Amino acid sequence: MATVKFTAALRRFFPGLQEMRTEGTTLREVLDEVETRYPRALSYLLDEQGSLRGHVNIFIDGTMITDRSGLSATFSGESEIYIIQALSGG
Amino acid sequence: MLSTLLLGTRKGLVAYRMVNNQWKVESLSFEGQPVSIAYADALTGQWWAALDHGHWGVKLHTSKDRGKNWEEVTAPAYPQGEEIKDGIKAATRYIWSISNGGRAFPSRLWVGTDPGGLFVSTDEGKNFDLVQPLWQHPSRKEFWMGGGRDQPGIHSIVVDPRNEEHVYVGISCAGVFETPDSGKTWNVRNKGLRADFLPDPYAEIGHDPHILVAAPSDPDTLWQQNHCGIFRSTDGGQHWQDISQEEGPARFGFALTVADDNADQAWVCPANSDATRTAIKGALCICRTDDGGKTWKDLRNGLPQENCFDIVYRHALASSGDAVAFGTTTGNFFFSPDRGENWQTINNYLSMIYSVQFTS
Repeated sequence: MATVKFTAALRRFFPGLQEMRTEGTTLREVLDEVETRYPRALSYLLDEQGSLRGHVNIFIDGTMITDRSGLSATFSGESEIYIIQALSGG
Repeated sequence: MLSTLLLGTRKGLVAYRMVNNQWKVESLSFEGQPVSIAYADALTGQWWAALDHGHWGVKLHTSKDRGKNWEEVTAPAYPQGEEIKDGIKAATRYIWSISNGGRAFPSRLWVGTDPGGLFVSTDEGKNFDLVQPLWQHPSRKEFWMGGGRDQPGIHSIVVDPRNEEHVYVGISCAGVFETPDSGKTWNVRNKGLRADFLPDPYAEIGHDPHILVAAPSDPDTLWQQNHCGIFRSTDGGQHWQDISQEEGPARFGFALTVADDNADQAWVCPANSDATRTAIKGALCICRTDDGGKTWKDLRNGLPQENCFDIVYRHALASSGDAVAFGTTTGNFFFSPDRGENWQTINNYLSMIYSVQFTS
């Protein structure tokens, strides 16, 4: 089971947000699990067309995903998936 | 005069209340977060806050207890597969206007967005649907364009209180569109407008009405502060007349409000043209007409007259009875108890102000 970690900035909207283990085998399944555990969280990460929001990044084992609409990046059961915000404003 | 002022600002929603003849802050909500529109529904008393999170997308919240508690609702979202232009997916980028549906439609809420979609809720804002007939208007993909924002946006929604199926929207850039049947069909209402930035300034579509307002005392009298001047219609938008001041500041700007009790009286907040977007000659002034735009009067008493960079965004000027209030891009907030003759400073230290509304 991969591990999902979140930027602390999301705790403002989801105070109970914590690192979680996921059974998802695709990134989309992982994000759907996040939504199940934290309702509405998906709308903070993806727009309504399913693309990663412009200022949200996902890193898998230290590498930023590049397919931001297809979310096709792969990972293993040992992977760490970081959901972070892009820095803006210096 | 209504006794509450609701402000949407770059750093939160601020509510002021008149107490002992002074404006006092009643509450601050969403501290640090951009509130593109703060809207109080006069029919339900419910408050709405449209948030423009830089990172996390557009959100919509509502409060039934004057901002003490807020609930997030599902923000308007474009259906799968919708496109702004061919190959560019449509997603809600900004909520730019909110309006109730009027007394005949108590569960209805209209929301205007960038990139150009109008949404309607028929269940008090729990769910929103894209108004397809306007979105599918044959002019949209070819002739609508960004104005101030990268994509087209609906910043004005005007519901006719005599027949609340009859609604106007203001779109930058496209112009004024009117529906007689709650959004099923749409007519273009841009005759008489001038768009100096187009190859054909009198093109049917492509105009930039920065704000569209109907006179409360005569809904057939429509006003708009346009990118290319101030325009007025006395026939429900069938024809527009340029009423800009020939020699004077009342020409370019964003905001406009019409008196509750006089369809000939309105205020605008002039600014230097789109090239600089600063206060004219470093001095802040409001202009008022009392005769439907034939003449304009500068109102400056109590406003800064030197070293001033403030301009006023399209939703940040409001009137109620004799009272007028406006907020500026540099966080200054002013109030007049006498239709603009004299101004008081309420606050010099707010953040950029996007919207100002009087409410009860």
